[in-house]
Formats: sequence, structure tokens, C-alpha cells
Amino acid sequence: MTTHALDELKIGGLGASRKRVEDDRFIRGKGTYLDDIALPGMLHMEILRSPLAHARIASIDTSKAWDIPGVRLVLTGEMMATRNLAWMPTLSYDTQAVLATDKVRFQGQEVACVIADDPYIAKDACEAIEVEYEPLPVIVNPQQAVAPGAPVIRDDKENQPDNVIFRWEVGDKEGTDRAFERADVISRLRLHYPRSHPSPIECCGSIADFSRATGKLTVYMTTQAPHIIRAAVALVAELPEHMIRIISPDIGGGFGNKVPVYPGYVCSILASILLERPVKWIEDKTGNLISTGFARDIYLDGEMALRKDGKILAVRMHADSDHGAFYSDAQPSKFKIGLLHSTFACYDVPVAHLTATGTYSNKAPGGVAYRCSFRVTEAMFFQERMVAAAAADLGMDPAEFRRINFVRDDQFPHRTPFGFLLDSGQYAKCLDVGLKAIGYEEFRREQAEARKRGRLLGLGISTMTEPLGAGNSREFDILGIKMFDSAELKVHMTGKAILRTGARTQGQGHETTWAQIVAHELGIPADDVVVEEGDTDTAPFGMGTYASRSTPVAGAAVAMAARKVRAKARRLAAHLLEVSEEDIEWELGRFYVRSAPDRGVTITECAMAAYSNMPDGMEPGLEATAFYDPPNLTWPFAVYLVTVEVDPETGVWDVLNMVAVDDCGVRINPMIVEGQIMGGLTEAYAMASMQFITFDADGNCVGANYMDYLLPTAWETPGYELHSEVVTPSPHHPIGAKGIGECAAVGGPAAFVNAVIDAIAGTGVRNIDMPLLPDRVWEAITHRRDVSGAPPVRGDG
Amino acid sequence: MYPSRFRYEAPRTLGEAISLLRDGGEDAKVLAGGQSLVPLMKLRFASPSLLVDINNIGGLGYHRRDPDGTIRVGALCRHADLERSDLLKASQPTMAAAAPLIADPIVRNRGTLVGSLCHADPQGDWAAVILALGGSVVAEGPAGRRAIPMAGFVTGPFQNALRHDEIAVEAVIPAPAGTPAGGYLKLERRVGDFATVGVAVAIETSGGVVSRAGIALTGVGAATIGAAEAAAALTGQPLSEETIAAAARLAAAAAQPRTDHRGSAEYKRHMVGVFVRRILSRVNGSGAGAGAAGQERAA
Amino acid sequence: MTMVYEDRGDQAPGDVPLRRIRFTINGQKKIAEVEPRLLLAHLIRRGVGLTGTHMGCDTTSCGACTVLVDGTAVKSCTMLAVQADGREITTVEGLAGPSELHPLQEGFRAEHGLQCGFCTPGMMMAAKALLDANPDPTEEDVRWALSGNLCRCTGYQNIVKSVLWAAGKLRSQAAG
Repeated sequence: MTTHALDELKIGGLGASRKRVEDDRFIRGKGTYLDDIALPGMLHMEILRSPLAHARIASIDTSKAWDIPGVRLVLTGEMMATRNLAWMPTLSYDTQAVLATDKVRFQGQEVACVIADDPYIAKDACEAIEVEYEPLPVIVNPQQAVAPGAPVIRDDKENQPDNVIFRWEVGDKEGTDRAFERADVISRLRLHYPRSHPSPIECCGSIADFSRATGKLTVYMTTQAPHIIRAAVALVAELPEHMIRIISPDIGGGFGNKVPVYPGYVCSILASILLERPVKWIEDKTGNLISTGFARDIYLDGEMALRKDGKILAVRMHADSDHGAFYSDAQPSKFKIGLLHSTFACYDVPVAHLTATGTYSNKAPGGVAYRCSFRVTEAMFFQERMVAAAAADLGMDPAEFRRINFVRDDQFPHRTPFGFLLDSGQYAKCLDVGLKAIGYEEFRREQAEARKRGRLLGLGISTMTEPLGAGNSREFDILGIKMFDSAELKVHMTGKAILRTGARTQGQGHETTWAQIVAHELGIPADDVVVEEGDTDTAPFGMGTYASRSTPVAGAAVAMAARKVRAKARRLAAHLLEVSEEDIEWELGRFYVRSAPDRGVTITECAMAAYSNMPDGMEPGLEATAFYDPPNLTWPFAVYLVTVEVDPETGVWDVLNMVAVDDCGVRINPMIVEGQIMGGLTEAYAMASMQFITFDADGNCVGANYMDYLLPTAWETPGYELHSEVVTPSPHHPIGAKGIGECAAVGGPAAFVNAVIDAIAGTGVRNIDMPLLPDRVWEAITHRRDVSGAPPVRGDG
Repeated sequence: MYPSRFRYEAPRTLGEAISLLRDGGEDAKVLAGGQSLVPLMKLRFASPSLLVDINNIGGLGYHRRDPDGTIRVGALCRHADLERSDLLKASQPTMAAAAPLIADPIVRNRGTLVGSLCHADPQGDWAAVILALGGSVVAEGPAGRRAIPMAGFVTGPFQNALRHDEIAVEAVIPAPAGTPAGGYLKLERRVGDFATVGVAVAIETSGGVVSRAGIALTGVGAATIGAAEAAAALTGQPLSEETIAAAARLAAAAAQPRTDHRGSAEYKRHMVGVFVRRILSRVNGSGAGAGAAGQERAA
Repeated sequence: MTMVYEDRGDQAPGDVPLRRIRFTINGQKKIAEVEPRLLLAHLIRRGVGLTGTHMGCDTTSCGACTVLVDGTAVKSCTMLAVQADGREITTVEGLAGPSELHPLQEGFRAEHGLQCGFCTPGMMMAAKALLDANPDPTEEDVRWALSGNLCRCTGYQNIVKSVLWAAGKLRSQAAG
């Protein structure tokens, strides 16, 4: 039979490394980021921040600020309070100060803001505000938070006698205890995952534009989740939701930083309402790093019960997490410490138990999912560090130890001891591809030879699987709002189309890949599909883009909307071909008569018919909206392997090779998938080598600018070899895709650390906490001791 | 991101610039490359009342070697000029090694060596290099010119010996009596980072012995540190494992490091010794005069 | 840039000293009245209205604001607008000709050298300065030349490939 089907790759369908649509404007400097928007009559807002980490506010005198020409408004907490806006709810059922009234609770907290004709003037006026502080004792870590006599940070809250936010547990304590009793060997590991910041190059900001004439509030905002923000603004500012329009323009990177609601947004909105003029707030980098959603900052302590032959019998874990002054983690509400309990998911662990204690401190709030699905990064880091330590304790090869404990291909769907259901995977195969690519056996020989000559080579393995694509709505909600997504597809009469989703791209390339899904489902060339996101007045509802959930959820909604369109087009085709629907077959881009394949109509002809020649009784038009509530999470898998050389004299380590084997199911656009992986690997390298925020005893933040908070440049960043041989489609996703945006950032850090620890294996050192700064590696080698905790910020030497 | 208000003047002659500074008082600042001053102004850590921009003054962009071998670097000579300089590659290995390690490539296009000396950042690179070379800064003021030896130029963190109406117009590196050798090693976590530890070594050799030595350290004290005893241990000696080890040990002893987020005090002191030894060993290994030890970038 | 203030009767409107400067940007001659404290990046973005030059940090670290001043790559957040007097500025908007893209722009698209696009203009301008000086760079040369520009999305590997792609095309254009 001859086929008239379109060539999927030629029309930019699934699997096509289609060049990105959005690039056309970005390479010309014609993107529209928030700060590029100027509205008539627009004013500028700057924020005054607290220099102290914990202090009572004795007085705020704004009179000198008001006297500066060009100043339109000075907002303080007291003024916010008159409108019930001094505090706002967080995404984790806590409250957060918008502008401080009683106390400041972290360095960099918002104390006042000035709205002026020009940002330079607004800054001048901020400096003219006089604030009198009475310093209070400071807490900078979970140990201090629970110490007897610790000052209570949240004395604003009733029923908050101490600094503990939650105690949470999951798993089977008794079963785990019994398994530990049977263990031949028990391995232990305690580590610290330092505070980190997603730090997109573009900072946060908003332009609030309230019109008294229309009653409408339009807010341009750097947000990864515009619909959630609309709901939040409606609730916080007590405005009717239909009169609020959130527009998320081009976003200069998000990585989780642009999910929460920040005080600056709220202040700019109130200022615009009061002044009836557009008010722009553009955060500076210090403001971004010192006050907006951080990530990690957690101590993890665990044990693994092992049988002599290497089989894992049980895992026991405890987390002490530092959430800063306000519990504003952005995560599904049921899970107090995110999806930390996804840990050890790819291993066949019979029983496990996890406890977690969350505490307040005098540090910025956040706990955002920085390039990860809600604390999965910490989960996988601990898992892979623990696995490496356990293999070493047993004297087993770390690759072999993983292999014998992996969930086997025939065990899917597999229920983890913490209750997740893994969808699919070929873990051992991925490992084999990785070992071959890095030249495992040969490297081990080379390593042994080098060691004889005093050279320290190391190889680190990290594997990871990650629960991506929250919902399902049974288990996943944020403040009660179920986590699903939607897509709306409108096919015009000439066969061109517009697609809108409730997700929001920040560099992931939705404008390119969503069109590819439509091309795959309908045979409409991707170039004929325009994709729009980010405007709540036009886009259908969505929970936003973070936690690698766009392809698993919004992408699935795109496919489902296209399938609805195809179903209607089939009825149109039957009408045009004058046969019954049952006699119609589909091939890419075309319906034909089963018994006479040459008789067919294209999707374009169906589209025209939907506007010009529909059968009697059929609703005209060719459009569909689909809401997608995923039946399960998707679970991509990856193996990352790194080889390093450590200079024993300086502790400096260099990456020799890095191999990444990612199985993320069906790849919509392989070029974009590889871009995501390389970006993630680089953030992994950053976290392992240099990127961290720390605090001194007074709560002063070290890492509040790019001179102290180090992101690697092109010079330090290693090159990567990527492998895509293993493809295990997700059985429940409409096109078999899984999430990918974050895998490498989640799984990568442990590979680097494991490599360095492997290189110094002769020293007996079990752990060096990240970042592996040269001095920490040198200390471990020289003194043959573990190096733990956040790097100090000062000492006497 | 938004500097405070200031008065701005961009004179065409040094004389005008000096008058402006004289009238401008203690609060006035000279603007050369601006790669340290402008960021401080954006953060409002610095808010000068008057900026005297010397970029329009002609004839200050040079770096040159006098017939006697003295090297002179004008106030507007950019780091990038020194990085690309054939003159330094041929005749001044310590400076040639340091130039590519200053800040990052774009900052090097505007920042200046003399400005960096005046900024007197305890973690600055050039101050250590010029100190090791026994150089000086030429200041011009209402009373004329004077040369200030580098050893006395930096008076504290971000403090220098210039009077408020003086402009540093030139850095001077004295002519070597022997064959110059040496290098600069800097431990930085990434390009553009400040030095965790930086070591400048500048020696001259003649007749198989070290005729002059200078060693200076950055990042390991409240100001650039001259390791005079370490240098003295080399002077008059041939470069050997023993003399190199002695110099490394004495340089490490001269360091006054503090533990901070870049590294522990113990580590920094250790690294001073390692860097001194590595620079001198490379010089030794490559034959007198040729050695220029380059960067040591941390992972 | 015009500024209109509230007239409260007690402030002299002439308090803000403005200076007149002349400069050329992407081949067009301009006159501007600026406060001395105005940063060049703000002149370009808010004064001239060319928003392709981005600002990503306060400390001269990220390089998103990189432009060419008289052909030299400069971080425009760390130069005062008054210092542009008499100078020639090229921004990302000046890269492409009227009908075709610059090979760097083509290269970044062809090799997926950008994701969110925020650092891209600065990267391309730093790369342009490199290729103007060195038409046949190695991978290491490119990594070194771009080490004053931060990217958070790509991991740099594709940026490097993009620049090498552009270098190849420019060389073949020069040869052809």
C-alpha cells in the first residue's frame, strides 16, 4: 500500500531537532523581558532592606525621603498594615512579612519602599529613610534553632512557642528497625547540602498597572506560574480575580526562583493602586540573592542496612532543614519536606523510614525547587553519596553494588517503600552504556597505575530517578489547588493553528516543542503552529513551569487537545469523503478511506470544512481545550559518570571526562533535551565546586552578590559527552515523554563528589561537604579527616 | 545599581585635573578604568562628591621600556594592553604572568594597572606584582611629581599614600641588573574571582646566582605582604631545591591569612609556600631568565 | 531624557546638573542630556530605547550588558553615560544588517547556543570582539574570551560551538 503520510521529521514533529522559534527575537536583542517594558507614566520602585538579621524595629522615619523631589510614595509596614497587607500567606500555609512591622527576621528583609519618577531617585530616597533597630540574638542553623533558650523568631505567631515548623515522617519505622536488626553491615553517612540560590541572570520584578477607569489590574511579572499568581493576588489584595491580568513576558531564566510571591510584587501592586500609575520594580542582584527563594540548606543523616552480598535491606534517614524566617517553600502542600522521600527510588529497598524536622532561622525564606522536583536534589544526592559509602564499606565495586540493587526492568510498575509508583525504566542498561562510554575498566587500571606515581585520579558515579510531572491531583496540590494543566488548540480555516497552555517557558523552548507535539498528532507542520503562554487573560489555566512538570503535564495536555481536534476532524473527513467514520483511517496529516487509500483528505482540508462545509448539526470550528490530570508521575532515569584528577598538594581538582546517559523517554526535540542536560550538568558542577551561600554568626549573608556567590564561567566548566541510546517511554504519558529539565542538576552533584572522594580513597575520608573548594579537599587529604558543614566565613586562623 | 549624585569633570590636562582635585576636597575621586570604583558606587559603598575622569587626558595609555630597562606603565594603560604586550613577554615575566589573571577579559579592556594599585584592595593582584618587582608609583600634584615606593604606597585596606590632590600617573619598575625571571600564581575559584591566594615572585639572576629577589603575597593579609626574608634567602644564592624550599617556607611564615569562605588560614599559608616553590622550580627547570609561571585556576 | 518633577514650591528644578553628550550608536548619531551618574547601560536601554543590552548583576560580573565602545568589548553597566561622549557604540541590535543576520546570530541559532536568551546579547558582543581580533580561534580561545560573561542555562558547550560556527562562516565569507 502506498502511503501519503507526511514525513514527521520534515514537518518538525516528534524527534526533530527543530531550530528554536523563540531564538529569532533573542538573537536580535528583540526579546521582551520585564525590564524592557515601559508604560506611559510609569514610576519606579526601590526597596529598603534590613542590614541586620534579627532586630526589633524601634522607629522608621521617612520624612527625609518624602522631601526628595521626584518621590511619589514611601511605603512602610505600618502603611501596609492599614490595608491588611503587612503580611501575606506563603505557599506552605505560613505567613510572610511584606514590609516589616515588628521585627526584621533576616538580613535583606524588606523594610520600606519608595516609588519615584526615576529609579536613581527612588534609591536616593531609600537611603534617606532612617530606621532605628534594636538588635536581637541571631539563629543561623537548625542546631541553634532547637537549642534550649533559643530566641523565638516567629513571636508574631500564636501557638509557636519555639522555632520548629514541622516534624514529619514517612515510611515504616517498625519494619525498618527489624531490618536493621538483621543487617550484616550498617553504613552511616551524615552530610550537609549547603544553601544555594537558583540565581537566574535576570532578577525578579514586576510592573503593576491599575486603572481606576476600568477597575482592572494588569501586572507584568517575572513569574513561572502566572495563574497561581493571579489567584494569590486575588486573595492577598482582595481584588476580584477576573479583574486581574498577570502577564509573564520573556523570562531570563527561572530555575524555581520565580515561583513564589515576593514582597516587591505586592508593594508594586499596592503602589499602583494608590497612585493610579504603572509602578515598575526591578530587583537588583543583591536583593535577589539575599531575599528571594533559596534552595537546599539541609542536614541529612542516614543509615543503610546491608547484607554481606551487597543487598540493601533497609534505609533510615533524618533531615534537619533550615527554612529561614518564613516557611515559604514552594512545594505540594501535603509534603512538608518536598519529595525528599523519593530518595532511593531506583533501588529495590524493601523497607525505609524517613523523619524530618523543619526549623526557622534568621535567614531568607525560600525552600524553592531549584532546578528540581521539590527537594529531589537533596534526596538523590544523599542516595548516591550513601550508596557510594555503602559500596566502599562492603569493599564492593560501586557500579556492581548499584547494579545488584537496581529495580529490575521486569519489576515495573514498582512501588517504593515510601509509596511512589515508578512507571518504567531500564536502569542496568543505562549503567552499562555509561560504563562503556567512560571506559570504566581501563580507567580503573589507569587509576591504579597513577596512584603508584602519586597522582590521584578518581571516578564518580551517580544515578538518579526523579518523580516529575506533579500531579496527579489526588496527591498533589498547592494550598488545595490541584496540580494539573491545560492546553487550548485553535485550528484556523487554512490549517494554521494557535496553541496556548498554562505553562510558562523560561528558556525550555515551549514555543518550539509544543508545536512539535501538534505536528506529531495532527500533521500540521510545526512552523504553522504559533504557541502562546504567560497571559492569564488568554492562556488556559495551568500550574506553571517548574519541577520539570511542563512536558509531563502541559505537554500531555497539548497532545490531548490535538487528539480532540483530530477526533472532530475525523468526522469532518467522513463527511467530505462521504463514508462512515468507521471506514476512515488516519496517517500523519491525512484521513483516507480504508478500502481506497488514495481517497483521502488532508487535515488542512478538514480545517477548511470546519468553517465552510460542516455536516448538518455539527458545531462549527476546529478547536479544543484539554485539561490533563496525570495518572502518575513520570520517572526519568540517568547515570552520570565523572573522572577527575586531584592535585594532592593544593586540593585543586579538574574534571577529566564527564559522561551523561539520560533516559527521559521519548524526546520531542533532541537538540533542546541535550541543551537542558548540559545546563543541568553545569549547575551540578557549580554546586559541587563553588556555588553556595553561607552566613556568619551575626546572620550576615556571604553570597549576596556575584563576587561572593560564584557561578562558573565557560573557562572552568567541563565539556560533556551525552548519550541517548536508552529510551524507555512513559507508559501513561500520551507521547511517552518524561521530564528532563532538571535531571542533570539533580543527579550530577553526587557524581563530582563521589569522584573526588574516590580519588582520595587511600586517606580513609568518607565525606567532604559541598562545595568541594580546594581548601576543603586539601584539608581532607592532609589531615585524613572528613570536612563537614558550611564553610566558615571568618576565624582567627 | 544606581550611584549617588556627583559632580563630574573630564579635564584634558593633568594640570586641570590636579586643580579640580585640589578644589574638590577629600571626597573627590579620580576615575580611570572605573572597574572597581563604579561597582562600589553602584552598590553605594562609595559616594564621591566629585569624579575627575582622566580618560580624556592624552598620553597616559603607554607602557614602555626605557633604554636602561626601566619599565613605565601610564595611568591609562589597560590590563588588556599588558596582557597582549610583547614587551612584557620578552622582558618582564612576572608582569606577563599576572596580566591575564586580572579580573575577566572584558574588565581587562578598561581597568588599569595604576588604578588597581591605587584601589589598594588587599586581594588585588598588581600590588603584589609591583611590590615584588620593587616598583614605585609616580604621583603628580600641585607641588610636582614624586615617586612613592610600592612598599610604602599602600597604607591599609583600600588606603593609599596619595594626597587628595595627587594623581598617580605612572607605575615604574626599575631596570633589572640581571636577567629577570619569576611569575605570578593565583588561586581563584573561577575567572573574575578575587585571589584566595596570590604569589608574585620576581628575581634577577646573573652568573648562576640570584642577584635580586622580590616575593609578595596577596589575599593573605589586611594588605599586600612583602616577604622580605623569603626574598633574602634567595639573594646571592643559586636557585636550588634547598634555596627554593627555604624561600617557600619563609614566605609561608610571612603570610597573615584569616579563615574565610575562600579557605582556611592554614590552607592559605600552605598555598603560599606551594606557589613560591612552583614558580621558582619552573624558573629553575626552564633555565635562567625564561620562566614565566602562569595561572593556577582552581576547579 | 526628560524628567518632570512635582513642583512643591521649595525645590529649584535646576538642581540636577545635566550634561550634553554626542555619540554614535549602531551607526546613528545621537545627542543626549544626561546626569553624570547615569550608567551607559541605562542610557542605551532607557534613553535610546535599545533594550537588547541586558543588566544581570550589580558587580560587573555577569557581562549581560556587554557592548562595543569604539570596537572594544565593555560592560556598559560599569561605564558612565557621559564617558560615551564622542564614542561609537555597537549593541546587539547593530549586529545584523538590514536583510541578513550576523554569522554569530546564525551560529547561536544553529547550535542552540541560547535558552532563556538573557545573556545572549552580551555573549555575542564579547564573541564579536574576539572574532574581530582572532578570526580562527580554538575552543580554548573562545572559552577564555567569554569568561567574563555568565550563562545559567546552556552550560556553555553550545555557546562555544556557536562561536566556532560563526568563525567558520566568517572565514569562508572572507575567502569567498
